[in-house]
Amino acid sequence: MAEKQYDWKAIAKNPKFEELHQKKTAFLFGWWIFSCVYYFLLPIGAAYAPGLFKIKIIGVINFGYIFALSQFFVSWGLALYYAHVANKDFDRLTRELVEELHL
Amino acid sequence: MTLKNIIIAATLALSVAAAAFAEEPKKAPAAPGTPAATSAPSTPGAPAVTAPSALSVAPTAAPAPAPEKKKVELKANKVITLSMFAVIIGITLAVVVWAARQTKSAADFYAAGGGITGTQNGWAIAGDYMSAASFLGISGLISLYGYDGFMYSVGWLVAYITVLLIVAEPCRNAGKYTLGDILSFRTNPKPVRAFAAISTVAVSTFYLTAQMVGAGKLMALLVGVPYKTAIVGVGILMVGYVVFGGMTATTWVQIIKAGLLMSGAFLLSFLVLIKVGFNPIAFFDSIVNSPDIQDHVSKMVLKDGVILNGIDAGQRFLEPGLFLKNPLDQISLGMALVLGTAGMPHILMRFFTVPTAQAARKSVIIAMFIIGGFYVLTTLLGFGAAVNLTPQGIITVDPGGNMATLILAQTLGAEITPILGDIFLAFLCSVAFATILAVVSGLVLAASAAIAHDIYVNVIKDGHADQHEQVMAARVTSLVVGVVGIMIGLMAEKANVAHLVALAFAVASSGNLPVVVLSLFWRKFNTAGVISGLVVGTIASIGLVMVSPNMTYPKVVAAGAKKVVVALEKKQATLPAGQTLSEKDTTALAKAKVDELKTGTSIMGLEKPLFTLKNPGIVSIPLGFMAAIIGCLMFPNRRSEEMFDEVYVRQNTGLGMAKAIDH
Repeated sequence: MAEKQYDWKAIAKNPKFEELHQKKTAFLFGWWIFSCVYYFLLPIGAAYAPGLFKIKIIGVINFGYIFALSQFFVSWGLALYYAHVANKDFDRLTRELVEELHL
Repeated sequence: MTLKNIIIAATLALSVAAAAFAEEPKKAPAAPGTPAATSAPSTPGAPAVTAPSALSVAPTAAPAPAPEKKKVELKANKVITLSMFAVIIGITLAVVVWAARQTKSAADFYAAGGGITGTQNGWAIAGDYMSAASFLGISGLISLYGYDGFMYSVGWLVAYITVLLIVAEPCRNAGKYTLGDILSFRTNPKPVRAFAAISTVAVSTFYLTAQMVGAGKLMALLVGVPYKTAIVGVGILMVGYVVFGGMTATTWVQIIKAGLLMSGAFLLSFLVLIKVGFNPIAFFDSIVNSPDIQDHVSKMVLKDGVILNGIDAGQRFLEPGLFLKNPLDQISLGMALVLGTAGMPHILMRFFTVPTAQAARKSVIIAMFIIGGFYVLTTLLGFGAAVNLTPQGIITVDPGGNMATLILAQTLGAEITPILGDIFLAFLCSVAFATILAVVSGLVLAASAAIAHDIYVNVIKDGHADQHEQVMAARVTSLVVGVVGIMIGLMAEKANVAHLVALAFAVASSGNLPVVVLSLFWRKFNTAGVISGLVVGTIASIGLVMVSPNMTYPKVVAAGAKKVVVALEKKQATLPAGQTLSEKDTTALAKAKVDELKTGTSIMGLEKPLFTLKNPGIVSIPLGFMAAIIGCLMFPNRRSEEMFDEVYVRQNTGLGMAKAIDH
């Protein structure tokens, strides 16, 4: 099975690919950094801001508990948001690129 | 050929089942060899990643004579439990027989022919990832230390954001079967594959050893099967799944396990919630108002010189700091999780089983909902155990709390009717059993793929091996890896394995992840960078763990024992004439007097730890990245740079993707 030959350099310079590359890089690394910062606020906050974590919000349920629980929802939300953007933008750009290359 | 396999598989299964049944009820499980120090909860400070995973299940020989309101004990019904084990073995072996028939090419063996759907792969990732540590250990931590156990579980889910955003899709697009495939794309393939294989085998072995030892101890405690029989039984099944069924069988074992695990967690959470009328506020009130929890917390904080009583002590259970006391160690652990999960060879390998990047993306998202959902339920189980069983009761069964979920199942079931308690407990024991099988199979497969595909086929045979030879090599390697795993498990019975999962994550995050990311995203990256990154990241992680508090330091043990002796003798002196210390204190005193005389050094020849953190990530991860970057810049390579466009276009678009279906 002979593999199809591509001119990788030309594809890499294609404006469609450059658009894909820029959008993706900004999105992926931007949100990855956001998720890391949000996550590390948990151990850092628990260690250095115990007063904040103690504040009762609903009945005996305190801020610390809600913040830890929010980590789950933020992660899920980010995953769904990424899926939405990837399906809508990244996959569309990739398809358009492949069509443009007449592959 | 296939028929022969089926017969062999069936025979193996029968022999295991028979061996398990033949074991007559022993008295109590043999007194555990592991010193209590291996179970992280007994050593304050931040735990290694492994805290719960080591599962050093040490039933206290003499329960405290202190008055107990509730008698907590764990006694599995052997007949029901073993029947359920037999059902699981039967179902999984049927899967193996079916999978063996369709495993004809290397792509079938390593990647299930690329024929796994996104949803299936999502369940399999969850099944591959959640070990008995997650299942039993984290709920145990919550039941004894409250909030900190819950906080500990968060990192295990957040880790998947890195997998989702950075590695899953590019790896699907740029790789084929192994880590070596991704790294060798634009580098000098032979040395890179060899080093990638060594790192994969190292990570898998560390993880596998911890899992095997945990499995042996767990089975010994749950059903009274002796440690060695349990290791051999689990080992034979694991080898059977991988050798005959390859990735297809491993995937389905993992899917079945994830399904069982989630059913168990839902069922038990439901029972916990019934008790509080499905009212979360009432649930938390019951925690804070439990006199047993209040008493337990009072005693814990008293050690730090804090006096808390009544409702304040109950509230303290919902606040951080009862267990995780070293923030730097916590952050270091978080880094190892967030970056290490994405560098775990057995997790990376799962992305080669799906046909497209879209399916890889979908599978991570599904896995995130399963894993996250499970940890949220774990909170209910952990706090539920604390309320319904009391922390004092849980500790009498296992000081690390690892048995909390199981006792909870038995107790809540028995409250409905006694036999239901036995059935629930047996069901959860079989979930634990399936969990062990699924995780160890994934690890054996990852290690054998590295040896067979990277080293044998691509380094030794220069990639010239036909499908038949490749599959044969993969099967023989899996057999060898499995047998070695069993032998390590047998030898490590008394070893301190608590640090091994931490070590696996440290190597994955400091060695593998930097080079994977740089290979995919950095134009200049090359052979020298891959090798220096892998070598330095791996050695730094191992080295730091070797000189960390995870090791045993006889002089430190002796110093601790001395304090105990002084305290107990003081207590003895204050007792009124004629009275003696309680039985528990007397045993503790005798043990401390022996430990007090301990002298010598750790296996590294140290008197005390050189590196004070249990988790090396915070140092080893930057070292791994720096070594990869410096190594690469010192030996620039034109070809690697020129090929970056190809790698980058491939990983982003999937053009020219190595189709796993190549037959």
